[in-house]
Amino acid sequence: MSPEFTPVHGFVGGLLIGAAAVLLLVAIGRVAGVSGIADGLLARVAGDRAWRVAFVVGLPLGALAYGIGFAEPEIRVDATLPVVIAAGLLVGFGTRLGSGCTSGHGVCGIARWSLRSIVATIVFMAAGAATVFVARHLA
Amino acid sequence: MNSTGRSFAQPAFALASGVLFGAGLALSGMINPAKVLGFLDVAGNWDPTLAFVMLGALVVTMPAFRLATRTTGPWFAPRYMLPERKGLDARLLIGAALFGVGWGLAGFCPGPAIAALVAGEPRV
Repeated sequence: MSPEFTPVHGFVGGLLIGAAAVLLLVAIGRVAGVSGIADGLLARVAGDRAWRVAFVVGLPLGALAYGIGFAEPEIRVDATLPVVIAAGLLVGFGTRLGSGCTSGHGVCGIARWSLRSIVATIVFMAAGAATVFVARHLA
Repeated sequence: MNSTGRSFAQPAFALASGVLFGAGLALSGMINPAKVLGFLDVAGNWDPTLAFVMLGALVVTMPAFRLATRTTGPWFAPRYMLPERKGLDARLLIGAALFGVGWGLAGFCPGPAIAALVAGEPRV
């Protein structure tokens, strides 16, 4: 197992993410699925943009605030730029086709016991693990 | 609440939610693609942290979503806007698989990507 395993930070960070999702649902009735919220930014539906912009702006602000108040988070990208771009296209296209990502399916959908979200989460985790296995252990 | 009140409250609460979410990503380490790939690398130096992040999130969202959706509606919107599609279909499975491949290539999913690429100075 990796020496970088940090279960307590992970769990408490997860509590914050869960609280964020509950706040968004209780306050404005929306599911905190980041890919869907960002996608709606481009759709330009009247009256439906301000909250999306605010949420998307909040994400880096929260990360910055954590960095200032506690500890600068490590952000290490090992992939080369062309791989990051290809990965971004796959993530963008895949989350739109599959109606969600780690937050929408993995956190909010599973919380509602949605069969679609449970299956999607299993599929994208398996596909991610298979991709890493091929890249790290076969290539 | 009238529409003027809502037009202020909706972005205000969305901002608060985004800030909490981003702080959670930073604290949990999920803002770091290298750490996410450590979770997906089950055959290597496995880092199970991501499972604890999901556990922490679900401990909150599972009971709270259930309680919330039993109420008449959200504070500042007419109703809960929950996904209505039911059942499995090819779009869901293919989309999730493509997303997973992209996720495994670089370690970025949408939330951490937005938080990290704007907030951090990623070392590529």
